[in-house]
Amino acid sequence: MATETTAAAVEGHVSPVGLEEAGKCVDSHGGAIGMPQLCPEWMGNQIFWLAVTLVVIFFVLSRIALPRIAAILAERQGTITNDIAAAEDLKAKAVEAEIAYNKALADARSDAQNIIAETKAGIKAELDEALAKADAEIAARTAEGEKKIAEIRAGALESVGEVAKDAALAIVAAMGGKADAKTVDAAVASRVKG
Amino acid sequence: MEGDVVQMGAYIGAGLACTGMGGAAVGVGHVVGNFLSGALRNPSAAGGQTATMFIGIAFSEALGIFSFLVALLLMFAV
Amino acid sequence: MATETHEGAEKGMELVFHPMDQFIVKPLFGEGAVGVFTVTNVTLWMALALLATIGLLVLGTSKRSTIPTRIQSVAELCYGFVRKMVEDVAGKDALPYFPYIMTLFIFIVFSNFLGLLPGAFTTTSHIAVTAVLAMLVFLTVTLMGFFKHGLGFLGVFWISSAPLPLRPILALIEVISYFVRPVSHSIRLAGNMMAGHAVIKVFAAFAPMILIGWIGVLVTPLSIIAITAIYALEVLVAFIQAYVFTILTCVYLKDALHPHH
Repeated sequence: MATETTAAAVEGHVSPVGLEEAGKCVDSHGGAIGMPQLCPEWMGNQIFWLAVTLVVIFFVLSRIALPRIAAILAERQGTITNDIAAAEDLKAKAVEAEIAYNKALADARSDAQNIIAETKAGIKAELDEALAKADAEIAARTAEGEKKIAEIRAGALESVGEVAKDAALAIVAAMGGKADAKTVDAAVASRVKG
Repeated sequence: MEGDVVQMGAYIGAGLACTGMGGAAVGVGHVVGNFLSGALRNPSAAGGQTATMFIGIAFSEALGIFSFLVALLLMFAV
Repeated sequence: MATETHEGAEKGMELVFHPMDQFIVKPLFGEGAVGVFTVTNVTLWMALALLATIGLLVLGTSKRSTIPTRIQSVAELCYGFVRKMVEDVAGKDALPYFPYIMTLFIFIVFSNFLGLLPGAFTTTSHIAVTAVLAMLVFLTVTLMGFFKHGLGFLGVFWISSAPLPLRPILALIEVISYFVRPVSHSIRLAGNMMAGHAVIKVFAAFAPMILIGWIGVLVTPLSIIAITAIYALEVLVAFIQAYVFTILTCVYLKDALHPHH
């Protein structure tokens, strides 16, 4: 980085007007001679303004800003703690509510069981009654039916005897024989029985 | 052939001084690399040691800055 | 930053490098020499840093809302960041020095970032400024160490865990490194700031190459990309150097509070 200004300053070609005005760290064009950081005549100025700035910043921070931020943070911490406590309360309440709910649920369930059992018993009793009634009716009908069947059977047997007698008389007559009713009756009766 | 021997020497010296920055680069890389290999072995302990890593970086980087400063001084202030 | 072209304009097209012109201290009003109380660009940019501090930490928190606004949460972040650093590195008993360390951090961080604005003057790139900051820390720490521990503070140089024959040698090294502290402390900050800004300026000097010759078609985009990259690095460095300065202050403070290690 061959700054011509440096070389020029070393060789003394710089017009001295700029030097007189701006001091010995700046050449006539306003460029830096050497490192501006090492220019001794600027240091006092920098140190003075640095001291002023630091003192002001320090007082602004220690008097206003830092206590305020600390207060904000503490307040937030307090709010958070309160909120957590409130949340704990609510949680306890929720647990209680859950217990009550479970109890109610269990109660309702046992009630329901009872009702179901009662209803079942009632239904069963009704059913039994109806069954018994139906059985009785069925038995009565059956008996009646059997009686009728017996009557019909008896009627049928009698008819069979008469038909057989008539038929036997007719057959005997047809064969040219003469048969009295009594003999035919006896013969038919013995045959039918046999 | 302008300038003089002093200026030539100063510029050569500035160039040589810049090699010191390479050393600082190696040093910083070494610090961070070792930190990283340690941190990957035990990630839970890494968080607390970040500040130490930065202190180490600062110390080794300072030497590179010194050599840079020497270069600048040779170029602009001699 | 001083005008770049004052020589190039005279001699026609020619590259001009004035990387150090941006660090010149100038009077704000009129011409002439810079006295101790002259209002200069140093005054301007330090005042801007002060205004930024007030804007962030005082005006930003003026609502004191429990649910913070954006700017208030940034202020709280700053507060928490520095406070945690002081507590973690220097210990709980260093908390009375927290406003002092916060002042240093806020001033350096705002100066660094304001210095990154194009055309700005970087107050922290001057060794005079950072040397005052470092000497403040050095004197505070040393005086406070002697005040709290008396001559026992000298125990910081006498490493009792080392073997006895080695101790005088170690003590010599410790004394030297103790007195080098303010030097490295100040030059680290100023050097980082100066280096970054000077490098940006050097690359910026290559940017008008396109007006000079065909090679500029290649060089100009490259230099603009390089400026962007270095600028991004500088944004990082601006914060890290403020952080490093503050954390080293905390480390020195810890040494003074607990000299027997």
